Amino acid sequence: MLALIGKKIGMTQVFDETGRLSPATVIAVEANTVIGRKTEEKDGYNAVVLGYRDMKKSHVTKPYAGQFPEGIEPKKTVQEMREFSAPVEVGQALGVDLFNGTRFVDVIATSKGKGFQGVVKRWGFAGGRNTHGSKFHREPGSTGQSTYPHKTFKNMKLPGRMGRARVTVQNLKVLKVDAENGFIVIRGAVPGPRNCLVVVRSAVKKAK
Amino acid sequence: MDLIKMLSAEQAKELPDVKAGDTVRVHFKIVEGKNERIQIYEGLVIAIKNAGLSRTFTVRKNSYGVGVERVFPMHSPRIDKLEVLRCGKVRRGKLYYIREKIGKKAKIKELLGGRKPPVRSLAAKA
Repeated sequence: MLALIGKKIGMTQVFDETGRLSPATVIAVEANTVIGRKTEEKDGYNAVVLGYRDMKKSHVTKPYAGQFPEGIEPKKTVQEMREFSAPVEVGQALGVDLFNGTRFVDVIATSKGKGFQGVVKRWGFAGGRNTHGSKFHREPGSTGQSTYPHKTFKNMKLPGRMGRARVTVQNLKVLKVDAENGFIVIRGAVPGPRNCLVVVRSAVKKAK
Repeated sequence: MDLIKMLSAEQAKELPDVKAGDTVRVHFKIVEGKNERIQIYEGLVIAIKNAGLSRTFTVRKNSYGVGVERVFPMHSPRIDKLEVLRCGKVRRGKLYYIREKIGKKAKIKELLGGRKPPVRSLAAKA
Protein backbone atom coordinates (compact mmCIF):
# COMPACT_ATOMS: atom_id res chain seq x y z
CA MET A 1 0.00 0.00 0.00
CA LEU A 2 1.11 3.52 -0.73
CA ALA A 3 -0.21 6.50 1.16
CA LEU A 4 0.43 10.22 1.40
CA ILE A 5 -1.03 13.13 3.31
CA GLY A 6 -2.39 15.97 1.19
CA LYS A 7 -4.71 18.93 1.14
CA LYS A 8 -8.04 19.06 -0.68
CA ILE A 9 -7.97 22.06 -2.99
CA GLY A 10 -11.43 21.81 -4.51
CA MET A 11 -13.44 20.41 -7.34
CA THR A 12 -13.47 21.11 -11.04
CA GLN A 13 -14.15 19.28 -14.28
CA VAL A 14 -11.60 17.79 -16.64
CA PHE A 15 -11.75 16.17 -20.05
CA ASP A 16 -10.67 12.55 -19.91
CA GLU A 17 -8.96 10.59 -22.69
CA THR A 18 -12.23 9.96 -24.54
CA GLY A 19 -13.10 13.65 -24.49
CA ARG A 20 -15.80 13.35 -21.85
CA LEU A 21 -16.01 15.85 -19.02
CA SER A 22 -15.63 14.20 -15.65
CA PRO A 23 -16.03 15.65 -12.18
CA ALA A 24 -12.65 15.87 -10.50
CA THR A 25 -11.12 16.75 -7.15
CA VAL A 26 -7.69 18.36 -6.96
CA ILE A 27 -5.53 17.33 -4.01
CA ALA A 28 -2.24 19.12 -3.36
CA VAL A 29 0.51 16.99 -1.90
CA GLU A 30 3.46 18.90 -0.57
CA ALA A 31 6.47 16.89 0.40
CA ASN A 32 5.73 14.24 2.98
CA THR A 33 8.76 13.39 5.10
CA VAL A 34 9.46 9.95 6.43
CA ILE A 35 10.14 10.46 10.11
CA GLY A 36 10.24 6.87 11.28
CA ARG A 37 9.62 3.23 10.59
CA LYS A 38 7.90 0.52 12.58
CA THR A 39 9.03 -3.02 12.06
CA GLU A 40 7.52 -6.40 12.73
CA GLU A 41 10.36 -7.47 15.04
CA LYS A 42 10.38 -4.38 17.19
CA ASP A 43 6.82 -3.07 17.13
CA GLY A 44 4.79 -6.06 16.00
CA TYR A 45 3.70 -4.48 12.73
CA ASN A 46 5.19 -2.80 9.69
CA ALA A 47 4.53 0.88 9.09
CA VAL A 48 6.04 4.10 7.90
CA VAL A 49 5.55 7.28 9.92
CA LEU A 50 4.94 10.29 7.73
CA GLY A 51 5.14 13.92 8.73
CA TYR A 52 3.44 16.71 6.83
CA ARG A 53 3.95 20.49 6.92
CA ASP A 54 6.57 22.22 9.07
CA MET A 55 5.54 23.80 12.34
CA LYS A 56 6.07 27.35 13.41
CA LYS A 57 9.17 27.36 15.64
CA SER A 58 7.39 29.06 18.54
CA HIS A 59 4.69 26.39 18.59
CA VAL A 60 7.08 23.50 19.08
CA THR A 61 7.46 22.14 22.58
CA LYS A 62 10.59 20.22 23.50
CA PRO A 63 8.78 16.95 24.25
CA TYR A 64 7.02 17.19 20.88
CA ALA A 65 10.23 17.94 19.02
CA GLY A 66 11.92 15.04 20.77
CA GLN A 67 10.03 12.40 18.78
CA PHE A 68 11.53 13.57 15.50
CA PRO A 69 14.90 12.24 14.44
CA GLU A 70 17.78 14.67 14.29
CA GLY A 71 17.89 16.93 11.31
CA ILE A 72 14.16 16.76 10.66
CA GLU A 73 11.99 19.76 11.46
CA PRO A 74 8.98 19.03 13.71
CA LYS A 75 5.83 18.48 11.62
CA LYS A 76 2.27 19.61 12.18
CA THR A 77 0.76 16.29 11.21
CA VAL A 78 2.24 12.90 11.99
CA GLN A 79 0.60 9.75 10.79
CA GLU A 80 1.53 6.09 10.50
CA MET A 81 0.86 4.31 7.23
CA ARG A 82 0.71 0.54 7.64
CA GLU A 83 2.25 -1.95 5.23
CA PHE A 84 3.95 0.66 3.08
CA SER A 85 4.96 -1.11 -0.12
CA ALA A 86 7.60 1.33 -1.43
CA PRO A 87 11.12 1.14 -0.01
CA VAL A 88 11.73 4.34 1.94
CA GLU A 89 14.32 5.64 4.35
CA VAL A 90 13.99 7.94 7.31
CA GLY A 91 14.45 11.52 6.23
CA GLN A 92 13.32 10.90 2.67
CA ALA A 93 10.84 13.31 1.14
CA LEU A 94 7.94 11.71 -0.72
CA GLY A 95 5.97 13.48 -3.41
CA VAL A 96 3.00 12.64 -5.62
CA ASP A 97 5.24 10.83 -8.07
CA LEU A 98 4.80 7.93 -5.66
CA PHE A 99 1.40 7.44 -7.31
CA ASN A 100 2.77 7.23 -10.83
CA GLY A 101 1.25 4.10 -12.28
CA THR A 102 -1.47 3.81 -9.65
CA ARG A 103 -4.89 3.75 -11.30
CA PHE A 104 -7.24 3.73 -8.34
CA VAL A 105 -6.96 5.28 -4.89
CA ASP A 106 -8.91 5.47 -1.64
CA VAL A 107 -9.27 8.83 0.05
CA ILE A 108 -9.72 9.21 3.80
CA ALA A 109 -10.79 12.50 5.38
CA THR A 110 -13.01 14.04 8.02
CA SER A 111 -16.36 14.86 6.49
CA LYS A 112 -18.12 18.22 6.79
CA GLY A 113 -20.03 18.65 10.06
CA LYS A 114 -23.79 18.94 9.62
CA GLY A 115 -24.70 19.79 13.22
CA PHE A 116 -27.65 18.26 15.07
CA GLN A 117 -29.84 16.58 12.49
CA GLY A 118 -33.08 14.65 12.53
CA VAL A 119 -33.58 11.08 11.40
CA VAL A 120 -34.69 11.93 7.86
CA LYS A 121 -31.42 13.64 6.96
CA ARG A 122 -29.18 11.61 9.24
CA TRP A 123 -30.43 8.09 8.59
CA GLY A 124 -32.59 8.44 5.51
CA PHE A 125 -35.93 7.69 7.22
CA ALA A 126 -38.83 8.23 4.86
CA GLY A 127 -40.90 10.40 7.20
CA GLY A 128 -44.67 10.68 7.03
CA ARG A 129 -46.90 12.52 4.61
CA ASN A 130 -47.34 16.23 4.97
CA THR A 131 -51.01 16.53 4.08
CA HIS A 132 -54.32 14.62 4.31
CA GLY A 133 -54.56 15.06 8.09
CA SER A 134 -51.21 13.49 8.79
CA LYS A 135 -49.64 14.51 12.06
CA PHE A 136 -46.50 12.47 11.49
CA HIS A 137 -43.96 14.39 9.45
CA ARG A 138 -40.26 13.93 10.21
CA GLU A 139 -40.41 12.11 13.55
CA PRO A 140 -38.35 9.00 14.34
CA GLY A 141 -41.49 7.02 15.28
CA SER A 142 -41.68 4.26 17.84
CA THR A 143 -38.43 3.16 19.47
CA GLY A 144 -39.16 0.65 22.20
CA GLN A 145 -42.72 -0.78 21.90
CA SER A 146 -44.69 -2.02 24.92
CA THR A 147 -44.49 -5.29 26.85
CA TYR A 148 -41.78 -6.58 24.57
CA PRO A 149 -39.02 -5.38 24.26
CA HIS A 150 -40.09 -2.69 26.74
CA LYS A 151 -36.85 -0.79 26.23
CA THR A 152 -35.06 1.15 23.55
CA PHE A 153 -32.30 -0.98 22.07
CA LYS A 154 -28.82 0.36 21.94
CA ASN A 155 -27.64 1.90 18.67
CA MET A 156 -31.20 2.85 17.68
CA LYS A 157 -31.09 5.36 14.83
CA LEU A 158 -32.09 8.64 16.43
CA PRO A 159 -31.44 12.35 15.88
CA GLY A 160 -28.01 13.66 16.79
CA ARG A 161 -24.75 15.10 15.59
CA MET A 162 -24.11 14.31 11.96
CA GLY A 163 -20.93 14.49 9.92
CA ARG A 164 -17.43 15.44 11.03
CA ALA A 165 -16.50 11.77 11.07
CA ARG A 166 -13.67 9.87 9.43
CA VAL A 167 -14.91 8.79 6.02
CA THR A 168 -13.16 6.60 3.47
CA VAL A 169 -14.14 6.73 -0.17
CA GLN A 170 -12.83 3.75 -2.07
CA ASN A 171 -11.78 3.06 -5.63
CA LEU A 172 -11.56 6.58 -7.04
CA LYS A 173 -9.92 6.78 -10.42
CA VAL A 174 -6.70 8.75 -10.76
CA LEU A 175 -7.00 11.18 -13.66
CA LYS A 176 -3.67 12.92 -13.42
CA VAL A 177 -0.51 12.94 -11.33
CA ASP A 178 1.49 16.14 -11.62
CA ALA A 179 4.77 15.70 -9.79
CA GLU A 180 6.14 19.04 -10.93
CA ASN A 181 3.43 21.10 -9.25
CA GLY A 182 2.70 18.54 -6.58
CA PHE A 183 -0.92 17.65 -7.08
CA ILE A 184 -3.10 14.72 -7.98
CA VAL A 185 -6.46 14.82 -9.75
CA ILE A 186 -9.02 12.24 -8.75
CA ARG A 187 -12.33 11.47 -10.40
CA GLY A 188 -15.34 12.19 -8.22
CA ALA A 189 -15.87 13.77 -4.84
CA VAL A 190 -13.82 13.47 -1.69
CA PRO A 191 -15.05 13.99 1.89
CA GLY A 192 -14.36 17.19 3.79
CA PRO A 193 -14.32 20.92 3.15
CA ARG A 194 -11.77 22.69 0.96
CA ASN A 195 -8.28 22.94 2.45
CA CYS A 196 -8.85 19.99 4.76
CA LEU A 197 -6.28 17.28 5.29
CA VAL A 198 -6.84 14.08 3.36
CA VAL A 199 -4.99 10.80 3.18
CA VAL A 200 -4.65 9.39 -0.32
CA ARG A 201 -3.72 5.73 -0.49
CA SER A 202 -3.60 3.19 -3.26
CA ALA A 203 -6.90 1.32 -3.49
CA VAL A 204 -7.02 -1.60 -1.09
CA LYS A 205 -9.84 -3.50 -2.78
CA LYS A 206 -8.88 -2.99 -6.37
CA ALA A 207 -6.00 -4.69 -8.11
CA LYS A 208 -3.52 -2.36 -9.72
CA MET B 1 -7.54 27.73 -6.19
CA ASP B 2 -4.51 28.45 -8.32
CA LEU B 3 -4.07 24.77 -9.07
CA ILE B 4 -7.61 24.57 -10.37
CA LYS B 5 -7.11 27.61 -12.57
CA MET B 6 -3.90 26.12 -13.87
CA LEU B 7 -5.61 22.84 -14.62
CA SER B 8 -8.38 24.53 -16.58
CA ALA B 9 -5.95 26.77 -18.44
CA GLU B 10 -4.07 23.66 -19.52
CA GLN B 11 -7.14 22.17 -21.12
CA ALA B 12 -8.70 25.34 -22.47
CA LYS B 13 -8.73 25.80 -26.22
CA GLU B 14 -8.63 29.03 -28.09
CA LEU B 15 -12.24 29.76 -28.78
CA PRO B 16 -13.74 31.15 -31.94
CA ASP B 17 -15.95 34.17 -31.56
CA VAL B 18 -19.39 32.56 -31.46
CA LYS B 19 -22.55 34.23 -30.23
CA ALA B 20 -26.20 33.27 -30.01
CA GLY B 21 -27.85 33.76 -33.39
CA ASP B 22 -24.87 32.56 -35.37
CA THR B 23 -25.14 29.68 -37.77
CA VAL B 24 -22.29 27.28 -37.20
CA ARG B 25 -20.88 24.05 -38.54
CA VAL B 26 -19.43 21.77 -35.88
CA HIS B 27 -16.96 19.11 -36.92
CA PHE B 28 -17.37 16.58 -34.13
CA LYS B 29 -15.13 13.56 -33.72
CA ILE B 30 -17.01 10.34 -33.18
CA VAL B 31 -15.29 7.20 -31.96
CA GLU B 32 -16.82 3.97 -33.18
CA GLY B 33 -14.89 1.12 -31.68
CA LYS B 34 -11.42 1.74 -32.99
CA ASN B 35 -12.34 4.01 -35.87
CA GLU B 36 -12.63 7.70 -35.56
CA ARG B 37 -14.64 9.76 -37.97
CA ILE B 38 -15.84 13.31 -38.15
CA GLN B 39 -19.50 14.14 -38.14
CA ILE B 40 -20.69 17.52 -39.25
CA TYR B 41 -23.52 19.15 -37.38
CA GLU B 42 -24.85 22.41 -38.70
CA GLY B 43 -27.39 24.70 -37.10
CA LEU B 44 -28.24 27.82 -35.21
CA VAL B 45 -26.58 28.65 -31.90
CA ILE B 46 -29.45 29.41 -29.54
CA ALA B 47 -27.56 29.64 -26.26
CA ILE B 48 -24.10 29.89 -24.77
CA LYS B 49 -23.61 28.99 -21.14
CA ASN B 50 -20.52 30.38 -19.51
CA ALA B 51 -19.01 28.15 -16.88
CA GLY B 52 -15.27 28.29 -17.28
CA LEU B 53 -13.94 25.09 -18.72
CA SER B 54 -17.39 23.56 -18.97
CA ARG B 55 -18.66 26.41 -21.12
CA THR B 56 -21.21 25.01 -23.58
CA PHE B 57 -23.16 26.09 -26.62
CA THR B 58 -26.48 24.74 -27.86
CA VAL B 59 -27.00 24.23 -31.58
CA ARG B 60 -30.51 23.80 -32.96
CA LYS B 61 -31.34 22.49 -36.36
CA ASN B 62 -34.32 21.17 -38.20
CA SER B 63 -33.87 17.59 -39.24
CA TYR B 64 -36.61 16.27 -41.53
CA GLY B 65 -39.23 18.42 -39.82
CA VAL B 66 -38.08 17.58 -36.31
CA GLY B 67 -36.27 20.15 -34.20
CA VAL B 68 -32.97 18.79 -32.87
CA GLU B 69 -30.86 20.48 -30.23
CA ARG B 70 -27.40 19.44 -29.28
CA VAL B 71 -25.22 20.81 -26.51
CA PHE B 72 -21.46 20.86 -27.08
CA PRO B 73 -18.78 21.69 -24.51
CA MET B 74 -16.78 24.50 -26.09
CA HIS B 75 -13.43 23.23 -24.92
CA SER B 76 -14.12 19.61 -25.79
CA PRO B 77 -11.16 17.92 -27.47
CA ARG B 78 -13.69 16.09 -29.62
CA ILE B 79 -14.61 19.27 -31.46
CA ASP B 80 -12.28 19.16 -34.41
CA LYS B 81 -13.32 22.44 -35.98
CA LEU B 82 -15.97 25.06 -35.43
CA GLU B 83 -16.90 27.23 -38.39
CA VAL B 84 -19.09 30.29 -38.14
CA LEU B 85 -21.05 30.41 -41.38
CA ARG B 86 -23.13 33.46 -40.68
CA CYS B 87 -23.56 36.00 -37.89
CA GLY B 88 -27.11 36.66 -36.78
CA LYS B 89 -28.72 39.91 -35.86
CA VAL B 90 -30.28 39.23 -32.48
CA ARG B 91 -31.19 41.27 -29.45
CA ARG B 92 -30.90 38.68 -26.73
CA GLY B 93 -28.40 36.15 -25.50
CA LYS B 94 -30.67 33.12 -25.31
CA LEU B 95 -32.91 32.39 -28.28
CA TYR B 96 -35.18 29.82 -26.66
CA TYR B 97 -38.23 31.53 -28.21
CA ILE B 98 -37.15 30.10 -31.56
CA ARG B 99 -38.40 26.70 -30.42
CA GLU B 100 -42.01 27.79 -30.74
CA LYS B 101 -41.62 29.49 -34.10
CA ILE B 102 -42.08 27.78 -37.43
CA GLY B 103 -41.15 28.76 -40.94
CA LYS B 104 -40.26 32.33 -41.68
CA LYS B 105 -40.68 33.41 -38.05
CA ALA B 106 -37.92 31.05 -37.03
CA LYS B 107 -35.51 32.83 -39.32
CA ILE B 108 -32.84 35.13 -38.02
CA LYS B 109 -31.64 38.08 -40.02
CA GLU B 110 -28.02 38.22 -40.95
CA LEU B 111 -25.81 40.73 -39.28
CA LEU B 112 -24.38 42.63 -42.18
CA GLY B 113 -20.98 44.11 -42.02
CA GLY B 114 -19.79 41.53 -39.51
CA ARG B 115 -19.32 41.84 -35.80
CA LYS B 116 -16.96 44.16 -34.05
CA PRO B 117 -14.04 42.33 -32.46
CA PRO B 118 -14.87 41.16 -28.94
CA VAL B 119 -13.79 43.40 -26.10
CA ARG B 120 -12.30 40.57 -24.11
CA SER B 121 -11.00 37.63 -26.01
CA LEU B 122 -9.11 34.66 -24.71
CA ALA B 123 -6.42 35.05 -27.30
CA ALA B 124 -5.69 38.60 -26.24
CA LYS B 125 -5.23 37.54 -22.65
CA ALA B 126 -2.74 34.79 -23.36
